Amino acid sequence: MLDAAGIRKRYGLRPVLRGLNLRVGPGEIVAILGANGAGKSTLLRVLATLLRPEAGTLAIDRIDALARGGEARARLGVVLHHTMVYPDLTGRENLRFHAELRGLSNTEARINAALEQVDLTRRADDLARAYSRGMAQRLSLARALLHEPVLLILDEPFTGLDQASAARLTALLADWARAGKAAVMTTHEIGRGMESVTRSLTLAGGVL
Amino acid sequence: MKYLRRVLAIARKDALAEWRARETVTAMVVFAIMAIVMFNFALRLRVDGFRPLVPGLLWVTLVFAGTLGLGRSMSSELVNQSIDGLLLAPGDRSALFAGKALGNTLFTLILAAITLPAMAVMLDEGLLNPGILLAVGLGIVAYSGAGTLVATIAISTRAREVVLPILLLPITLPLVTAAVLSTGAFLDGGGLAEALPWLGVEVGFLVVFWSAGILLYEFVLDS
Repeated sequence: MLDAAGIRKRYGLRPVLRGLNLRVGPGEIVAILGANGAGKSTLLRVLATLLRPEAGTLAIDRIDALARGGEARARLGVVLHHTMVYPDLTGRENLRFHAELRGLSNTEARINAALEQVDLTRRADDLARAYSRGMAQRLSLARALLHEPVLLILDEPFTGLDQASAARLTALLADWARAGKAAVMTTHEIGRGMESVTRSLTLAGGVL
Repeated sequence: MKYLRRVLAIARKDALAEWRARETVTAMVVFAIMAIVMFNFALRLRVDGFRPLVPGLLWVTLVFAGTLGLGRSMSSELVNQSIDGLLLAPGDRSALFAGKALGNTLFTLILAAITLPAMAVMLDEGLLNPGILLAVGLGIVAYSGAGTLVATIAISTRAREVVLPILLLPITLPLVTAAVLSTGAFLDGGGLAEALPWLGVEVGFLVVFWSAGILLYEFVLDS
C-alpha cells in the first residue's frame, strides 16, 4: 500500500526527516508517535504528496508518487490538522465540490454515504462556518472517504472529536483494516484511538 | 471532459462562496468607486477636458481594484488551509490554475460592469461602446491569468499583500499599456482599425499569461 524509502526533508538548514523508511501493507493501521516538533506532520505531508522530499522514493499502491503524483493522490484519503473546509459552503456543498474536483460519478449517493459514516447527515445543509471544531473534523474525514481511497493518511484525527465521534472513528478504522485497506496516522495521545492500531512507531531524530 | 469539470467546479465554488460572503467583489467595487470619485475631484480642480486621461484612469482603477480581488481570492484558500484540499485532488494541477483564473476573471468582469457605467456618468464620457467593452474584456481576461499565477506565488510569502502588486504590476505593464491605447482609440472614435494593433497585443498577452499559468502551475505549487 505504501512504501517510503530514504525520505529526507529539511526546512532551511534544519533536517526534519533523515533517510526515513516506512512500509505499510494491506490491513495495517500504523500510528506514528513522537514529541511535538518531531516531524510527524511533515512526514504525513510528504506521504500525502503535499511536500516533495529532497531525497528518497515514495510508492502508493505501487505507483511512484513522486513522478505520478496525480495518479497516486486518487488512491489517498487525507485528513490533516487543518480541516480544509470552506466556511461559506454547506457541509454537503463542500463534499460536492471535492467530488467534482475528483471527477467522481454517483456524486449524491457517495456524499450521503460519507455523511452517514461520520454522522453529519442532520447538519449537512448548514453552512460549515456554523460547525464546531469536531463537526468540521468529521466533515474533513467524510471528504477523505468520499472517493473510496485505499490508504488513509490522518494527522491527529481525534482532535476535537467528542467521545461518541472518537468511538465511531475507531470502529471505522477497524473496519477499514478488515477490508484490507491501510492507514497511517499521527497522534501524541497514546491511548486515544489506539484500539484500532495494528503497529505503532516512534519518530525521533528524523527516523522511525 | 474531467479536466473541464474540475475547472468549472473551482470557478463555481468561488462564485458560490463569494455570493454568500460578498467580500471580494464588494471590496473591489468600493475601492473602484472611491478611486473614480477621487480622480474626478482631483482632476477637475486643475484640468479642463480630461478625455485623454480617461483610458489611463479607467485602467489604473481596474488594475488596482483587480489586484485587491486577486489577493483576497487566493488568501481565501488559506482559511482552514483549504488550498491543501485543492492540492490533494488527483490529475493535472493546471486545472486548479484554470479554475481559479476563471473565477478571478468573473469577479473582475463584474467589477468592470459596475466601474464602466459609474465612470461614464461621473466623468461624462462615452465609455459604454462595444469597442471599449471588447478592449476591457480582453485586458481583464489576460490580467486575471497573470494575476492568478502571481497571487499563487505571493500567498506562500509572509508579506503576501505587498508581494502581489510588486510582482504583478511590472509583469503586466505592457498589457496595461496596450489596453489603455486600445481603449483610447475607441474613446477617440478611431474605430477598430486604429485599435486593432493594440487589441492584438492584448490577445498576445492573454495567450502568453494563460499558457504560462497552465504550463508552470505544477512547478509553482511544488516550489
